[in-house]
Parts: sequence; structure tokens; C-alpha cells
Amino acid sequence: MGAPKKSGGGGGGRVSVTEDSDELVRVPLQAILLADSFNTKFRPITLECPKVLLPLVNVPMINYTLTWLESAGVEDVFVFCCAHSKQVIDYLDKSGWLSQPNFSVTTIESHNSVSAGDALRLIYERNVIHGDFILISGDTVSNMSLTQALAEHKERKKKDSNAVMTMVIKRSKTNPAIHQSRLGTDELFMAINPDTKQLLYYEERTDLSKGIMHLDKSFLADNPSLTLHHDKQDCYIDICSPEVLSLFTDNFDYQHLRRHFVKGLLVDDIMGYKIFVHEIHSNYASRIDNFRSYDTVSRDIIHRWTYPMVPDVMNYGNTATKLERQGMYRASEISQSQSAVIGPFTVLGFGTKIGNNTIISDSVIGKGCKIGSNVQIKGCYIWDHVTIEDGCKLNHAIVCNEVTLKSGAVLEPGVILSFKVVVGPEFVVPPYSYVSLLQQPVEEDSDEELEYADSTSVITSKVDKSDEEDASEVPEARISSVSELGMGGVGYIWQKCEGSQEEEWRHSVAPIPADKISEAMKTMEDDLELTHDGSILPPSGELIPDSNDSDEDNEDSRDDFFEREVEATFLRAVNENIQEDHLILEVNSLKLSCNKLTADCAGAVFYAMMKYAVDTPHSSLDGLMQNVNDVLSKWKKALTSYLTDIDEQIEIILKFEEICLESAREFAPLFTKILLHLYKEDIIEEDAILSWEDEKRDADEADKVFVNKAQEFIQWLKVAEEEDE
Amino acid sequence: MDFQVVVLAGGVSKKLLPLVSKEIPNALLPVANRPVISYVLELLELSNLKDLIVVVEGEDAALNVGGWISAAYADRLHVEVAAVPEDVGTAGAIRAIAHHLTAKDILVVSGDLVSDVPLGAVAATHRRHDAVVTAMLCSAPVSGPSESGSSGGKDKTKKPGRYNLIGLDPTQQFLLHIATGAEVEKDLRVQKSILRAAGEIEIRADLMDAHLYAFKRSILQEVLDQKGTFHSLKHDVLPYLVRSQLKSEALLNGVAQVEENGTEKIIAQSNQQMLSQILANASERTFHQRYALSPNGTSFRKTHKCCVYIAGSNRYCARLNSIQAYSDINRDVIGEANHLSGYSFSAQNNIIHPSAELGAKTTVGPHCMLGEGSQMGDKCSVKRSVIGRHCRIGANVKVVNSIVMNHVTIGDGCSIQGSVICSNVQLQERAVLKDCQVGAGFVVAAGSECKGEVLAKK
Repeated sequence: MGAPKKSGGGGGGRVSVTEDSDELVRVPLQAILLADSFNTKFRPITLECPKVLLPLVNVPMINYTLTWLESAGVEDVFVFCCAHSKQVIDYLDKSGWLSQPNFSVTTIESHNSVSAGDALRLIYERNVIHGDFILISGDTVSNMSLTQALAEHKERKKKDSNAVMTMVIKRSKTNPAIHQSRLGTDELFMAINPDTKQLLYYEERTDLSKGIMHLDKSFLADNPSLTLHHDKQDCYIDICSPEVLSLFTDNFDYQHLRRHFVKGLLVDDIMGYKIFVHEIHSNYASRIDNFRSYDTVSRDIIHRWTYPMVPDVMNYGNTATKLERQGMYRASEISQSQSAVIGPFTVLGFGTKIGNNTIISDSVIGKGCKIGSNVQIKGCYIWDHVTIEDGCKLNHAIVCNEVTLKSGAVLEPGVILSFKVVVGPEFVVPPYSYVSLLQQPVEEDSDEELEYADSTSVITSKVDKSDEEDASEVPEARISSVSELGMGGVGYIWQKCEGSQEEEWRHSVAPIPADKISEAMKTMEDDLELTHDGSILPPSGELIPDSNDSDEDNEDSRDDFFEREVEATFLRAVNENIQEDHLILEVNSLKLSCNKLTADCAGAVFYAMMKYAVDTPHSSLDGLMQNVNDVLSKWKKALTSYLTDIDEQIEIILKFEEICLESAREFAPLFTKILLHLYKEDIIEEDAILSWEDEKRDADEADKVFVNKAQEFIQWLKVAEEEDE
Repeated sequence: MDFQVVVLAGGVSKKLLPLVSKEIPNALLPVANRPVISYVLELLELSNLKDLIVVVEGEDAALNVGGWISAAYADRLHVEVAAVPEDVGTAGAIRAIAHHLTAKDILVVSGDLVSDVPLGAVAATHRRHDAVVTAMLCSAPVSGPSESGSSGGKDKTKKPGRYNLIGLDPTQQFLLHIATGAEVEKDLRVQKSILRAAGEIEIRADLMDAHLYAFKRSILQEVLDQKGTFHSLKHDVLPYLVRSQLKSEALLNGVAQVEENGTEKIIAQSNQQMLSQILANASERTFHQRYALSPNGTSFRKTHKCCVYIAGSNRYCARLNSIQAYSDINRDVIGEANHLSGYSFSAQNNIIHPSAELGAKTTVGPHCMLGEGSQMGDKCSVKRSVIGRHCRIGANVKVVNSIVMNHVTIGDGCSIQGSVICSNVQLQERAVLKDCQVGAGFVVAAGSECKGEVLAKK
């Protein structure tokens, strides 16, 4: 399980490392940068361009991450490229990141990774990580100092080798009504030990129907106090020990960093790996997860929270941007009409032309844009070389490179226009629509899995290959067919998929409409109603169990579940002729997973057998009896392996009674016969039968039906016993 | 003073047998030679809370308690003693005396509390937040509650006992979660709605609910009326109020809702209350208010506040609810927390009544107390023990870590360790007791040796 301690290609030349030499040999600080988000939240844009290259305030996102890593003292970065890997590598090469003197950037390319888990497994195989490393995705903006967090991590690691990861978190109030943070991420519940900062519980993507946070009692047994947080945000900056990579390799089903890896580590107490948190207070760290966080982080950058990651300091490729008063940033060679009004907190890119009486506020305009007269732009992100003709109205939209808006076109809030789209004159693009030259991928299996399968393999390669031709070819090919975007419009308006109609405002660039919030406030009240309705409060003052969460219900359903599973297993064994040993093995694993007793297994197996006997076609009671005999003789071993004790045998008799009650017509007449058979086959001993009778002696008459039925047999047993004596 | 105080003095607790009886109910059990209830009464008097109702379970016990109180506090406190049937629970006791309650706020305190926490501060906290309930919390005692009472202070290595789980907001003013009784050992279940509103909850296992609460009377009575099944304040009423704090049903029932068009038909009382809430924290709203307010500033959700007063760690706070606790409290009151006893200690750090007589070579160590008129023979030794009034103790007797009540006769050569000897007990010569409780009037035969036993008349 240890870390790969061998010396790798470009690393230090260490062969065997001891504790002491760890301190003596300086290990360069390494980082893994995932240049793929492994999700589809930025579609349709990400169909054509990798997410990390999307301009964030006119600078491709990956620059923010790399700049931060460099400033934080990281010397060795492995950029993992998957979707559009060629574009990423080309960009890094062109922009000079690959040839920095003291900052080595190495790209790792993969075409078949569909998740962060796959990426880390691949990196483990490459054997390039030798010490603690920073795990970050290429869409993170931060200005935090790593020194303290790293020192804490190292200190902990020295004391406890199981402290494998330190997560960076930040305070951020989540709106309780709409259950999401200002970054548009889902609310996050955490439990942290306030003294050690150990993370004990992590719950994102909450099931809103459950109003109760359930923490294992063992947490409190070990810690005198713990704090529960709802006001923290995960920055997705992780300081990891090398073990993390091997953990991903060992658990090949880990895909998602949080959902699988963190959850897995927290739940699994066998290996005892621990995760800790480091909270930053005055520094900035955010990940761009969706369009809303794109909007929020852009604003934070413009408002200089991320200093030094601000437009007038970050200069990549374009010419200098100057900060003017009221938070206006202007690049050079801007030609602006006298009558145009540029509001505060606006960024204008190099070579942009702005016509008469145009009003722009709270927006980012890229380089080389041509904006006509009487245009209104509010809260928009307009990328490079966009043409906006006269009289357009844009409200909280993202407009990608080389888009053309014909005169009078209107973009309602939340619109995303992907590359080279043309919107016809006077055309109104409805709110929250996604428009792209590419058709919406149809295979859209609304399965969880899709989260990771970023269409990369299929679409990417196509786009990559036909990068250049596509541009000229596509519009011609489609120009006739597309009337979706008005006269001369080019592009497809994507259908809203998987009923996101309701939720589209959540992750959109547009601010949340007030009516949605008040609506959410109302439902919040209903939530409360669900969780504590005083009238049905049990007198003991215990929390009302949620109908689907109650202990008893759980027990019941688990009981059911277990029996059903055993039955299914048994049927499969019968149908596929599986060996008894294997059946026993499977039932045993079910027993462990459901936390059952051997007696439960005996009962369930017996139940499955009888069920099978009934379900096998038979004409008469005799036929049924024959079935029972067959099944018992064939699978006797499976049953007897659970009958080590008299209690388990009694359990079988009780179960049998239950079966007889359930299907009175079928089994009830055969009760004594089958009991006798069980006795003869040595499945049940006479002690069990006698103590069963004993147990039933004080029961209600109703319960004694079967005891009375078997009275004759029991008498016979008793007599036989006496004779024996 | 518009705080009315209810002292729940209990009756004859099974947990304290054989120390208590109808003649000496829980409330009159002597701690450092004065009834335990006097500690609460004096604490109340110090805070100028003089309008009290003492609730006792059982008529006989009530008579005895009432008799003692009227003798001792006749001119100092205005005390009413009410008898309630046995086993009605704390909630039932309040229900039974509801007609006596008139003040705006009620302070409910357990009669077995021995503490020096200023109750005025608890009342002030309650008033400041205009809370529905304010609970006093203190650090959990280190030695766990002993069920049998036979483990004479041996388990000092034990972890702090877990009495309840308390969830507090970051400012440690509000009670956001409480798990008591059997829930403590179960998995922790926290309401997400409260966590969402508060942002952060700190769960503490090292605090103990001292069973001292300030309630808003109207709401307490409303809850008690509506929830007929509530039996205990601690296990039912308090958790209920905590859980429903963001959706206050108690308040909603008597109050008309705010109408859509803004015509407010709120009963004067609650209107005033909202106003006072807003005024009280004008600078920074607490999460209750933020939660109650919609974005446009109108309040459309009723919340109420459950507050806590956390006693400083230098304060003493203990409840006499087990025999172990009885021994501990006695030891503390004449030892570490001797300011509670109300006596002045001698230079040897002990109290020997002037009328007590000591034989030759008899030593009474520090942290000891010898009551009025008691006599000790020669060569006795007393360590960390309380000896009551008019006891006759022979020669060569050793008393260590024990409590001896009044009128006890101890023969020569006895040895008593870690035990409680009730009044009128007779210990004949050379009896050896270790970790025993001897009920009132019992006679221990000469030469008998007992360890960890309960000796009482049948």
C-alpha cells in the first residue's frame, strides 16, 4: 500500500528513502492539475473547446491555476489532459508554460479516462509523483498561500501516517432557501473535529426530502465535541500524500474525488485513513463548477478579491489592460463612440469597437469585438471577435468567440451562445437557452454515469480533427436548414434535457429571479413541516422518524430486502445450477452485508426453498409434497449449513408456520407431513420440535393452530423419547 | 420581580434509597449538615428571587419539607409549598400548579441542585434574548453517575460522563440541538433546517443540562396543555422547544397570521415581542431573525429562541441525584467548594462545632466537619468526612470519606470508609464498613464486616 518510492523519470534520484532523509533531501513540491472537469456542465461550449481554456475575464482559466501554483511554490506540475487534449497541449506550448525556467509543466495525455479516478490511476502508473502533491483542477482561481497548509499537512503526516489528505475549505454562506452557495454549488454538510480539524462527515448533493443529518455515534465517542458546518465551501484544492494515488488504484471503482474517494475514506474505518481540513479566511479560492460560478468568480476577479489574479496584472498574449476608476478595465486600441456609456466593473478587451449610444455595464468584452450603436449589454460575458449589430439587447448571457448578433437581436437572461453562432435580426433568444452549431448529443443517457463520460471520446476527436474545415463548412451546410435563430441564423437551440426546466436558473449566469427565491422560501417552510410536525411527536420527545428513515422501518425493509435477496439468490442457484457451496457463500456475504444472524439465514433459505416448491408447477397436494421433497433433498446442504444450533432449527419451524399462514391453501394441510419429512431428513432434531411446542404452550389459541396440528407427531416424539430412556 | 420561581423538590427518590424516607425526602437530605434544598433557596435569595413555589411529590413529604422551610426561612422568603401526586414527572408537576403561575417568566430549578452559579445571570440572559426557554449548562462532572452507589469513588479514571449532547451556535448563546436520555447513546440526528439557518453547530458532549430553566410562562403552559403526553421538562418539553424553534407552533396558535396585504392583526403581546427582538439586536440580527425575514423585509415566519447560559468552569454545579453524587457533593462542599457550605473554616481547614467534644489523641483532618454536640472518644481519626449532630463515637474509631448523619452511635474500634450512615444508626463495637449505605435506625452488629452493601430496616 506504500507510496511509490522509486525514483521516477524526472524526479530526484532517491532510491530508498527513510524518515530522516526525507527531511534532508528536498523534494520538489509537485502538483497534479486536471485539465478536464469530467462533467458536462459547460456544454455546449465544451463540445468545441476544453473547459480550462475558456476565457475568464479574457484570460484562459488554466492560466489562473498555473499562475497560482507557480506563486505558491510548486515546482513540478503534471497537467492531465483528456477532452480536447490537443488544444490544451497546443495552448500550453504556445503560451510558454511548457518552457518556464523554474516551473516544470509536463502534460499527460489520455483519451479513455472518464473520471478523475481514472486520471489519478493513470498518473499512478506513470510513477511520477514522489512526495506530497497538490491536487487541483484547471478551473480553480486562488491566491492562497500554501505554506501553512502544507506545514500542517506534513506535521500531521509525521504523527499519523494515515493522515493522507488536507482539504482546503472556506467560509461561504449558503442560501438556506435554494440550498446552494453563491457559486451555484450544492449545499454541503460537514462535520469537523474542532481540535484536530479532522473531517468526519461530508455530504454534498443532499437529498432534500431528508431533514435529518445522521451521524454515527462513534464520532462522539472519540471526540468530546464536534462542529457541524453548513457554512463552508469546498475549494477543491487538496494537499495529498502519495498514498492517495495508490488508494485510487486499489479501489478501482473510485471515480469522483468527493463522492467516491472522500466518502469512501470516511466510511471505511478498516484502513483508518483520515482527511483533514484547512480553512482559509482572508484568501481567495474558488472553483468554477458551473455557469453561475463562472459569473461569480468573474465578478470577484473584477472586484479584485483575487489579487494578484486581476486583469491588469495577468497579461497573457494580449496587451496591457489598465484599471480605471470605478473598476473599469480597458485594454489598448479601443475605439469608443463619445455617446457610448460604459458602466462600472466592466472589462473591455484589446481592439474593441463600440458604437453610438451603446450602454455596457457589469460585463466583460473580449478582444476584437465590434459592437454597433444603441446596443444594451448588461451582466454579459462576450468573448473574442464577436460582432453585435445595432440595437441588440443582451442580458446576462455568455457569448463565445466569433458569434454574430444581427441587428435587433435580443438575448434573454441565461442564454449561452457557443462558438460562431449567428442570431438573426430581431430574433429573441428565449431565457436559459443553449445555442450551438453542433447538434445536441442524442445519446444523452440521463444516467449518473454520464457525469463522467464527457462525450470526449466521441465528439472531441471529431471536432479536433476537423477543427479548421468545420468552421467554414458548417455554416454553409446548415444555413438553409436553420431557421431556429431567425433569418440567416446559424445554430441549434438545444432542447432542455432531463426536465431541467425547473432547475435551469440554478446554474445559469443570470442572477436568480426574485420570484424563485420567494418560492423557495415558501417550500422551505414546507420542508420544516415535514421534519417536525408537533402533533405526531412521540411523547418520549424523540425526533419523529422520517417516514423513510425510521429505525423500525429500516429494520423492516432491511428484513424484507434480505429475504428477497436470498430468495433471488436461491432461484438463480436453481436455474443456473450453481453449486451448493457457492450458494452458501453468496448467502453468507448477504448475511454480512445486512448484518443478520445465522438464524435469519436459515429462515430465509428455507423460505426461498418453500417458495420455490410452491412455484414449481404441481397438480395436487401430493405433487407439492413431492416438490418439497425434491427441493429439500437437493439443497439440503445449503440449509443444514445454517442449522448449527437448536435456535436456528426453531427459527425454521417458526418460519414454516409463517409460510403456512401466508399460503394457507397450499401448505397448511401439509404442515405435519413436511415437519415429519424435515425430521426424517435430520434437518430438524426432536429437541427443536419439542422446545418449539414448549414455547408455544402459553401462546394464544390462534397461534397454536399448527402446534395442535402436529400434536400427534409431537406425542409420538415424546413417547419415543421416553422409550429411549 | 416578575420572575416566579418553581423549585421542583421531588419526593422520595428510589435512586437515593436507603438514605431517604418519608421523614427525610430528597429535599431534606443533609449536605454538610443542612438540607440540600437550602442550597437552592439561598442561591435564589442571593439573586433576590424571593417569590417561590416549592413542589414536592407526596403529601407527607410536602408536610415535612414545608415544615422545615417555614421554620428556617419564615421571614426571608415568600415560599409556598405545593404537594403533587407521585410520579407525575416534572412536566406534570408544573401542570398541577399552573394556576399559581402568573408572572411573565418562570424559573424552574431542581431542588437537588448544589451550585454557586448566579441565577440572576441566567434570568438576565433569558430576558436579553427574549427567549422561550433558557437552559443552564455546566461542565459535566468527571466521575460518572453511579447506578448502584456502591462504587465508592474508585472510578476516578472514568471519562467524563455523557449526560446529554448539546448543539450550540458559534456564539454559544443558542441551543440548537439537544439529545437526552437514551438518545445520547444513539446515532446523532441533527435537523438540517436548523443547521442551514445557523450555518454551524457545535456539538458538545462535555456539558450537562443542570435542570435549571427559565421559561416564558405563556408558552410553557401552552405546550403543556397541548402536549398532554409530555412527562418531563428535560426529556420532552425542552427538546420539543429546541426542535421547533424555527417553526414556532407555540406562538402561531394564539396569534393571527400576517395578512397578505400587510394589514397586521398580531396580538399586541407578540407584536411587542417582535419589536423588542428587533430592538434588542438592532446591530446584528441573529440567525433566528434572518431566518424569519423574507428578502423584502417582512417577517412571515415565526421563530422562537432557545438560549443557554453556560456556567463558567470555575463555578460549582452538581445535582444530588444518586448516592455517588451525594458522597461527591458532601466531599466537595467541605472540600474544594467550601464557600458553598456557608460555614467559616478553621485554620486546619475543617469545622468543629464548639460544643463538640474530642477525646485524647483524636485527630480531625482537613476537609472534615463535626456537628453540634457530637462526642468522640480517644484515639479516633476522621478524614474528609462529615459527622452530624449529637453523635456518640467511641474510642479507636476511623472515619474516612464518609458521611455520618445525626444521632448516630458508633462503638469502639469501628472503621468506616466511603460509607453513608443515616440518622439514629447504631454501630456496635468493631464493625467495619466499606462503601456501604446504612439506612436510618439500623443496628449493625458487633464485629460485622460489610463491603459495598446496603443495610436498611426491612
